[in-house]
Order: sequence, then structure tokens, then C-alpha cells
Amino acid sequence: MPSILTFPFPAPHQSSVIPKTRAYQRRPENLPAGRRHAAASPGPPPPHLPPSPPHSRSAPVHRRVSLQSAPATTLAPGPATSSILSIRESLLSGERTAADITSEYLSRLRRTEPSLRSFIHVADAAAEREAVELDRRIASGEKDAVGPLSGVLVGVKDNLCTANMPSTGGSRILDGYRPAYDATAVRRLREAGAIVVGKTNLDEFGMGSTTEGSAFQVTTNPWDDSCVPGGSSGGSASAVSARQCVVSLGSDTGGSVRQPASFCGVVGLKPTYGRVSRFGLMAYASSLDVVGCFGSSVFDTATILSVVAGHDKRDSTSSSQVVPDYASELVSLDLLESKPLTGVRIGIIQETLGEGVANGVISSIKGAASHLEQLGSVVEEVSLPSFSLGLPAYYILASSEASSNLSRYDGIRYGRQVSADDLNDLYGESRANGLGHEVKMRILMGTYALSAGYYDAYYKRAQQVRTLVNESFKDALERYDILISPAAPSAAYKIGEKINDPLAMYAGDIMTVNVNLAGLPALVVPCGFVEGGPAGLPVGLQMIGSQFSEAQRVENPLNNFCHFIQGNLLRVGHIFEQTLQNLSFVPPLLAES
Amino acid sequence: MALTLLRGMRTPVSSSSNPGLFFTVLRPRLSRFTARAESAQATEPKAAPSRSIQLATKEAAEQKTQGFEAVIGIETHVQLSTVTKAFCSCPYNYGAQPNSTVCPTCMGHPGTLPLGLALNCEISMTSKFDRKQYFYPDLPKGYQISQFDIPIAKKGYVDLDLPVEFGGGHRKFGITRVHMEEDAGKLLHSESSSYSQVDLNRAGVPLLEIVSEPDMRTGIEAAEYGAELQRIVRYLGVSNGNMQEGSLRCDVNVSVRPVGQSEFGTKVEIKNMNSFSAINRAIDYEISRQILLHKEGQADQIVQETRLWDESSQKTFTMRKKEGLADYRYFPEPDLPEVVLTSDYINEISKSMPELPEAKRRRYENMGLSMQDVLFLANDDTIGHFFDSTLEHGADAKLAANWIMGDIAAYLKDEKVSIDEIKLTPLELSELIASIKNGTISGKIGKEILAELIAKGGTVKGVIEEKDLVQIADPAAIEVMVDKVIADNPKQLEQYRAGKTKLQGFFAGQVMKASKGKANPVLLNKILGEKLNAN
Repeated sequence: MPSILTFPFPAPHQSSVIPKTRAYQRRPENLPAGRRHAAASPGPPPPHLPPSPPHSRSAPVHRRVSLQSAPATTLAPGPATSSILSIRESLLSGERTAADITSEYLSRLRRTEPSLRSFIHVADAAAEREAVELDRRIASGEKDAVGPLSGVLVGVKDNLCTANMPSTGGSRILDGYRPAYDATAVRRLREAGAIVVGKTNLDEFGMGSTTEGSAFQVTTNPWDDSCVPGGSSGGSASAVSARQCVVSLGSDTGGSVRQPASFCGVVGLKPTYGRVSRFGLMAYASSLDVVGCFGSSVFDTATILSVVAGHDKRDSTSSSQVVPDYASELVSLDLLESKPLTGVRIGIIQETLGEGVANGVISSIKGAASHLEQLGSVVEEVSLPSFSLGLPAYYILASSEASSNLSRYDGIRYGRQVSADDLNDLYGESRANGLGHEVKMRILMGTYALSAGYYDAYYKRAQQVRTLVNESFKDALERYDILISPAAPSAAYKIGEKINDPLAMYAGDIMTVNVNLAGLPALVVPCGFVEGGPAGLPVGLQMIGSQFSEAQRVENPLNNFCHFIQGNLLRVGHIFEQTLQNLSFVPPLLAES
Repeated sequence: MALTLLRGMRTPVSSSSNPGLFFTVLRPRLSRFTARAESAQATEPKAAPSRSIQLATKEAAEQKTQGFEAVIGIETHVQLSTVTKAFCSCPYNYGAQPNSTVCPTCMGHPGTLPLGLALNCEISMTSKFDRKQYFYPDLPKGYQISQFDIPIAKKGYVDLDLPVEFGGGHRKFGITRVHMEEDAGKLLHSESSSYSQVDLNRAGVPLLEIVSEPDMRTGIEAAEYGAELQRIVRYLGVSNGNMQEGSLRCDVNVSVRPVGQSEFGTKVEIKNMNSFSAINRAIDYEISRQILLHKEGQADQIVQETRLWDESSQKTFTMRKKEGLADYRYFPEPDLPEVVLTSDYINEISKSMPELPEAKRRRYENMGLSMQDVLFLANDDTIGHFFDSTLEHGADAKLAANWIMGDIAAYLKDEKVSIDEIKLTPLELSELIASIKNGTISGKIGKEILAELIAKGGTVKGVIEEKDLVQIADPAAIEVMVDKVIADNPKQLEQYRAGKTKLQGFFAGQVMKASKGKANPVLLNKILGEKLNAN
């Protein structure tokens, strides 16, 4: 296959350490036994890790990446593996066809969807067609037939526009709306070969923390179908958790990627503001919104980020910073030294481990902290005095921007129009019928905050708080490479539990909103469990870095060599994940089959 | 119809509930627009029901001296002639098929984002965009991207000279601020009145809003201010400034107060004037309406409202009353970064700016031209350019001005063309002036040649040669013709010699005719005089 040399990933002959089947297929039997509470005793450090190779060079280095340290035959639960790599490997070696892989995912999707309801729209027929077409191109030996994401099934949050599928934003007012274009992130995924399998459920326009705010359906948590998957990107998190798709896109305005990632036991990445174009993302709060991604491993999440990130002339706030190959430095365990995080300074945010945070969550995070220490990093407590101010400031700013951004849903040009005799009635009734309760409440709050006479007391003050939050993070991130905290104050809670108590639901965002206010990147990696459900409920560790520290390359002007800064987010997250012993984050739903 | 729509649209809209060329808004006509007829009479002064506008205007001027003065401020919207709209890459062409130059961004579709400058103003090195929020069917996003607290420029002024026929005089009017914003779409109300339609071609076209200080006192001052802005944007080439197409729109605020009172009276906004003359008439009408109300003790009938100028009745009518101050809930546009200008950039632009109307007028004035000439030549960019170009070829300023304002202007007016559409070039006009001055041709022949050049082009030399129009300046040749004419008209000669000396004109005409107009008139008259009196 002549195309092999052009791939940025391992070539077939190097495949001995790459699993022949994906991890989740092997693991379910071991699930109940394999899981224990990390809080009780943090995973011991890896017994032996070989020394690290020299730093990667500036040229696209296609270093051998293998994520599986144990032989493929082992059934013992190991660290998360890259589904993207494994699919790529199967396609390149001819071991499996794209049609096979697609049908495997689709059959699991069909089996689990009735209880999960992660998708608002499933494009199964289109996905099958695209897979068959990919197989045809591979069979005909077409050059570059296999792109970086070929055969990878992607779920897309329904507030991201897709040209050939409905895009509702979870709102009645856009019922039946089909955009004329793909969001930039979606377009880039497709160009890399990904197959969009459907549109995932969400709280209407991203406003909510449970996905109960969808106008269409309630999504359940794959770990416990009586629990919420979190939100607002609950459908995307649930779908990846239940392996209904390989990876998914979400959006994160105040924690909408990270909190559901924590609730569903998957990896969730909220990139730096401006890292990924917002073009085609239905705006909730423009100065806070980012497109984020979910995967079952840090490696997959990093791979997706490499594809979707980068400047877009259609989003004036997108950054023109160079996009590195985020996955290229995520090396396999056997290539790591015994204390790979030596020299990395980690701050654990004091304010996030106090009152109002579940004990099980606190112990999971403390367990994760000692695990990070065992890997060689220095972990210290750090105080962010402005931390508690973030939540009210966030709700004022987000609601203010939302009140403006949602003005366009007026029933005039597209979407649902209620016929009326008078212009004001047309507006009023189209919006009253088309928009849900939570959305209306936030529009009212935002309209109030921006009104003459209140602007200074609310909007302006909230902006001042935002500046304080920024400074407080900046200060802490000068002393620490990474800050850690829980991704949410609790694990997943019951459906309906907070539906009539918006303030309780808003309080759940305390861990995540500050990061959006400061525009920083944050990664959530599953780190432990708390009691609940048939097999425990996952807890996610949030790692926060400085702007563009997803992976920071530093160029040495003397020799043009490049290396990545040791303390960058994805590298630390990856090492953490790969060294997490005896924990598997495959939900019981999959063990049942 | 639907096919045209889909072909015309760059992005077909899938919402099938709105077929046809327009987005249908609603069945009933907008109530705001229907409100005007019934409320029109309410504030009409009863004492002046059917007076002509000319009379009203005259009276307004008189009444002003009777203790009242008007205060006028103007908001002008200038559509910038950019290749694309402000925040997306759609083109804008006036008169295009409705909704044919739109895209998801300017139609405010979900998920779309906006993309991202002579009035003696202070320029803001750092400015930003804000959102101005209100609902209206012509506003696709539910907000307008505008500038609120940091406009791109502020504290400027405009100099102008009033036309001589209106009494003349130099004026300086202050500019409060200049900011950038995007235009809205256009509403079209159906004849049957059962629904309205939206054309979003114009939505997103960049506008400059220029807000004046309340420095004007009469309709003519306001109209001339508007005309000066039009000249400036045309000189700069940033807009065609065409009022009929809506590229330049003036909203005028008028209030009246007793002379000596420092606070302003209640102001009334007037819209819908599509010529400067309409601005002049609308304001003078409004001033007289307000003064009458004051005089009749009905000053409380003057309310803060928007009135429309109605060209057919030459009156203003209530369009809508203002319910207090609208709250537009401005806040900084989060989708656009700040606009940061460097002083290098501003210097470069100042250097590349063409001469502006005021500078041009002062330059012409210094050439010794009358104010009438100055205004004629400088008011139209193309005429000023033609005039300057003629002077560059060595023509005398006064002579060139006379030709342009005379025969050329008459031709332009008759044929309704602009000076850059005629075939005459500034070089040939300068040649023509030189040929007359050096005696090659007579002024009369010059007029003939000019007509020829304007219509057909060519060179002065070419026309002279082709038509054999060189002036006869040989005294002997003229003498032969004079002799012949005298010999042919013995009766007239007798009368002349009997004292009817006026007949010299007759003889001169005959000789000129014989020479086909080419005889040098000075020589002709000299020789003719000598011959007639030679006895």
C-alpha cells in the first residue's frame, strides 16, 4: 500500500503491540472485578518505565505510538486505548473493513439507544454508505484513501450545523431546520475522513447541566439509566461512553463538555477559547462558547483536536496560532521513564474540595493527586480567592449574551413560525411556543442585566469579576503548570432531581465556569468512582492549563529542534490515564451483551 | 418563482414554509405604518390648513425674526461602496433581485458569525463594535452591529458656503461623532395590504452614521450640510452618495425655541426625504408648523415623535410617537475583536486623501473666481476635476470657468449627462481657449467647434482644418470682401452716409457671412469703418 508512508500514524509492520481488537470488546467480562475505588488506594506507580526518547522534532514526527503496554491477549483491564488508532490499523492492514466497523458500532447503537436516547437524529444509512465507499476506495488502492479519521464514527452535538442533517440545537423553534452548511469543526472532521453518525441530544441551545432541557427527549447515563448524563453535551458524552460512536463533538460554555464527561466516565476536552472555530456553532454566549470533544482515551481526544483546531476566517475570534500534532507526543507507557512527570508543578485548587462537594468526589480527586505525585510531579494546594465569584458572574454574562444571540430565532426567516395578526404577536407567539422554559428564563435574566439602569450593576460588574478571575488564574498558572479540581461537585444524579431547582443545578457548574471566563483549556479524565448505580458512578479529574497549553511547542532557535513543554495538558492527562491501574471506564451497559 | 429564488440564493433555505421570492412576514401590514393617516391632523395647526409651502417657508423665515429660532441636527447614514457587505462576503448591488445577494451570515442563520475610513475628527485608535438590540423583520439577527460608546471618530466639523441665490455666506457645522454599523434589510408592503415582505439584500451592508451637532438654523443650511457630506463622500470615493437609491439618508431633528432661550424645544425627527431640496422644504415646513403652534399657545402639541415627509402634499405627518427612550441594551459585540488602528495607517490614509471640497473652494476663490463660479465648479467632483485638468494644460482660469459654466453646462443639462461622459477632453478645451486667444479662430467659431467636440470628439486642430475655419486675418482679403459687400448694397450705403451709422452692423454681418464667419472681427470693423467713411 503506497499510501502507508504518508500516514502520521504507525505503519502496519509495526503493529505487533497494537491490539487487534478494540479494548472495550475485551474488557466487559472484567468490569465488576476490575474496578475499585481509586479513593481507597490510588494506583501504584508503574513498576518500570523505560527512559524517554529524545524530544520530538519540529518536522511532523511520526513516532511509534502504541498505547497498549500489555500484550494483546491479556484480558486484564489496562489503560484506555486509542479506538482511532485501532480502526486505522484494522483498515490499513485489511483486517477489517469500514463496513464491518460501522456495522459493529451501529448495532450497538441500535441496541442501546432505546434506553439511552443519546441521539436526536441517527444517520445510519448515510454512515453505511460512506463506509462502503471508503472500502471501495481502499480496495481500489486509491492513494490517500485512508485519512487520519477514516472509518471513525463521530457523533455531533445538535447545536453544531450539519449540511445534510437536521440541526435543532435541542429546540422546538428549529424543529426541521436543515442548515445549508457544515460547521467548520464538522467540515474538518469530514475532510479528515470521519463519518458523522448522527446528531446528539443536548439541553436546549446548550443551556442546562443535565440534558433534561432538550425539547425532544431525555438522555440517560450509560452507568445508570435512572441518572442524568450531565449536560449540556449529555448526548455526546453518553454516546462515547456507550461506544455508540468512537468520538464526539460537544460545546462548552460553562462546563458542558467537562461535567458530562465526568458523569459518563469519558475523556472530555474544552480547548482554549479561539482554538477551534465557532462558525456553525449556534451561539449561546459568544465570549465563552468553545467547541470541545469527547473520546474514550486522551489520545483520541487529542487526535480530534488536531483535526478541528486552527484559524478560520469565518470566525474573527479564532486564533491563528499554529496547530501542533497534539497526539504525536503522547507516547506509549513502555517508552516512558519511571517518573515521567518529574518537574511538573501541579496546584490543587483548595476552594474546590470544601463544602458542597461530595466526599466520594473529594477522595477520588485526592487519590488522583497522590497518583500524580507518584508519577514525579509536585502537587501543592493553591487558593484562588476569586473562585466563588465566578458562578454569579458567569450566569450574568452568559445570560446577557444569550438574550442577544437568541434574538434571531424570531420565526421570520426559518424555523417555526406561528401565524398571528400582528407583528408583536408573531414574535411573541413564535418564541413562546418555540423556546423552552430554561431558555426563556435566561433570556429574561440577560435582558434584565443589560437594561438601562441595571447594566452597571450587573453586566459591567460581572465583566470586572471576569477580569479578577483572569488575573487569579494567571497568577496561579505562573506558579503551577497545571491546576486540578473535580469536574463537578458530585457524580451523576437522578433524572428529575434538580429539574425544579435551577439554583441547585447552576451550583453544579461551580467547578467549570471559571475556566470559561478565563478562556483557558481544561481536560477531564476519569479518575475514580463513587457508590451508586449497578457498578458505581465515575468521577472525572479536571486539569486546567494556561492558554494554548493543550500542547505547547517550544522551538530552539539554535538547532530548529522543537520540543513540547513537559507540563502541557494533554501529555499530563495521557500519562495519568495510562498509569491508572485497575480502573476501567467501560459502562455496565456494555457488559450486559 | 421558487426556482428563481433557489437559483438566486447562494444558500438555498430549506424552510419550506416561506416559499417565493421574499420572506413573508405577516398578514396584516405593520401597524406602525398605518398609524400615520389618522394621527396626521392631530398636531396640524388649525390656523394654517391649506397654505402653500412656499408661503409657509417664507413665513417661517419671517416668524424667525419675530422671536423664534429653529435648532436642527442631522443624522446621516452613508452606505459605503465596499465590494462586500461588512461582515460576510456577499456583494451588494442596488436594484438586484430581492434576496439574491444573501448568505447564511447576513440572514442571521444559526451558528453564523460576523467577520471583520475626512470630517476633521479625532480618530479613535482603538474602537469596538457593540450590539444594538431590537426586534424588527428587517433585522435578521435581532440586533444590529453598531458602535456605542467608542465611535470610530468624534468631534469634527464641516465647512461650507451657502449658495449665492440663498444669500451666500460661510458656515461651519460641528460633527458629534462618526461610527460604523451594518444596514438592515428592506420591508416591502404589498398593495393588498395583507402581508409584508422582507428583502435582505441590503442587510449587512456597511454604513457610516454621521451625527451633526445641533448647529443648523434653517432648511437651506441643513440641505447644504447634507450636500456637503455627499460631496465629501463622493470626493473620497467611499460611497456614491445617491439619495434616491438610499446610499445617503438623512434623518433630521428639528425643534423651535424663543430667541434667547438656552434650552432646546421638543425635538421632532423627520424621515423620508430623498433629495436635498426635500430636506430644505421639509424642515422649513416643520419650523413653520412648530412656530405656529407656539404662537397659538399650543406648544404642548409639539411632541417627541418621528414624522414622515410627504412629497405629494408637501407636509410632514406623524409616523410614530416615541414611548420614552428606547432601551437598545447595548453591549460589546463578543464575536468581533477590537478595531485597533496604527498612527502609520492613519498617516498613510491622510496622505492619500484627495483634495476635499472646502480646500478646493478656497483654492478657486484665490484664483479670483466669483463665489458663484467657485460653487459651480467645486460642488461636483467631476466638474472640478475637468476644470483642474483644463488649467493644467495652461488654460486661463476665468476663461475656462466661463466655457464650462456656459456652453458645456448647457449641453450637460440638455442631454442629462455628466461631464465625464462627453467627448470633449480638458486638453482640447485648453486648445480651444488658446486658439481664440491667439486669434486663430474667432469666439463665434470657437462655439461651433466646441459643439462639434462635445458631440463627436476629435481635436480643435482637426476640426479647424477639416472645416477650413482658420480666421481670415489678412487685411487685403478682408478688404476685397468689404468692397464687394459695399458695392452690392448701394442703397444701404446711401442711408449710412446720410447719417444712419447704425447700418455698420448690417455691413459687418454681411461681410462676416461672406467670410463664413472666419473674418477677424476687429480687422473687419476697422476696414469696414474706413471704407464706409471714405468719402
